[in-house]
Amino acid sequence: MNQEKIEKNVGLLIVMTLVAVLWGGLVEIVPLFFQTSTTKPVDGLKPYDAVQLAGREVYIREGCYNCHSQMIRPLRAETERYGHYSVAGEFVYDHPFQWGSKRTGPDLHRVGGRYSDEWHRAHLNNPRSVVPESNMPSYFWLEQAKAADTVGKQIDDKMRVLALLGAPYTQAEIDGAKAALGDKTEADVLIAYLQGLGTTLSNFK
Amino acid sequence: MSDFTNAFWSFYVIGIVVAAIIVCLVLLVTSTSVTYTAGKTTGHSWDEDLQEFNNPLPKWWIGLFYLTLVFAIGYLAYFPGLGSFAGLGGWSSAIGANSQYEREVKAVNAVLQPTLDKYLQQDLKTVAADPTARAMGQRLFQAYCIQCHGSDAKGGKGFPNLTDADWQWGGEPERIEETIAQGRDGVMTAHAELLTDEQTRDIAYYVRTLSSSADDLERAERGKVALYGSDCKTCHATDFSQEFPPLTGSPLLGGPNLTDTTWLYSSSESEIIHGIKNGRQNRMPAWEGFLGKGKVRLLAAYVYGLSNR
Repeated sequence: MNQEKIEKNVGLLIVMTLVAVLWGGLVEIVPLFFQTSTTKPVDGLKPYDAVQLAGREVYIREGCYNCHSQMIRPLRAETERYGHYSVAGEFVYDHPFQWGSKRTGPDLHRVGGRYSDEWHRAHLNNPRSVVPESNMPSYFWLEQAKAADTVGKQIDDKMRVLALLGAPYTQAEIDGAKAALGDKTEADVLIAYLQGLGTTLSNFK
Repeated sequence: MSDFTNAFWSFYVIGIVVAAIIVCLVLLVTSTSVTYTAGKTTGHSWDEDLQEFNNPLPKWWIGLFYLTLVFAIGYLAYFPGLGSFAGLGGWSSAIGANSQYEREVKAVNAVLQPTLDKYLQQDLKTVAADPTARAMGQRLFQAYCIQCHGSDAKGGKGFPNLTDADWQWGGEPERIEETIAQGRDGVMTAHAELLTDEQTRDIAYYVRTLSSSADDLERAERGKVALYGSDCKTCHATDFSQEFPPLTGSPLLGGPNLTDTTWLYSSSESEIIHGIKNGRQNRMPAWEGFLGKGKVRLLAAYVYGLSNR
């Protein structure tokens, strides 16, 4: 093709750039919406309840995903440390999922049930109090704010949106969302979220 | 991958991938067909006299482009990638017994399992004396236990020290193994509504005198009466033959010994009062499902060995 024609015709340049960019997406992204392994929940998967969902908001707000992944790869070294490798069907109610891409701290996908609530409380308040070698920041303020006043303000709306996206919430669950938060602190709801993570395929009861 | 919701998507992927390879090939052939002519330009100029030569690309460099296409075809033939076609190599990351992950696990287990089986046959005390088992146990401890019990195994507030002779749930090797395998729920019930504030303070005072000296004998006596009047002895004592059963703990129920100087939470009066009022809740997770019997045995032997050298 004549080089000059492309370089001097902005419209044509835009069209051809778009085609080049979309080409990969057409084959790498689009088919994912039509695969059972990515669209069908694994057996026993439940959407986050109101308390866990509020905890998830804290997780996102504090940027936990910057240092913690939620994606255990099918490599023996990882499954030995964390448990069963992550499966796409475990994330169908996550919008957006919190896979992350960096592990300054450990992976958290199977952290549910691995530590006691008390451990999480002490650890969030000051990680050094239980793990002296830790370089995680202290999140002491999570004990001081009520979830209903911050992350839980629009919790029922969030559940409605997630229901639109396919999470099987009942009307009663949505109506009772605010009441479920009660006077729980941000730490309480975050711990509830963490304790539910990855439990569908976990080896911890 | 055979899990498309509709067979169409397999052909869709194959179509796009094959088309991409053909387009690349056509582009490569048409745009490298230039032959060298001295001084030949692309025919346009910028900034009055800035021109671009239209010389052919080096042959070895074009050859690399062709190689990427050959590689792509070979790759797509061997590995899964063309829609539902599984590839001639039958490779899979984690699906099926022959997947890369399963083979990796199997290869390690083939080496590890005989060793674990050997230790499972032995008496726990024998395992604890085996230097190899201890080294393995230490590695496991560093991976799974230090988050709560510390890298020095000395624990912290609410998390037991494993290097001393004090055992909340019993220190016999079999008991330690059971604790690791099945987990423990360390629950003390809240007494805020069962005791008055004064009774609570007196009990806390009395409990402290069990491991130190009292300077207010009257108060200690009041605390003793309140304590034995409440349900404390159920979990903190085992010898009920006496009128006031000694509060030396109950390994069966996990009630700590209150007469020694080891404190799981804190020896301060305010912490003891907090504990009596609000109760305590902590949990040791059950590890057998995660680690399997063999590794639990190694850990039990290692932990037993920490205080029984």
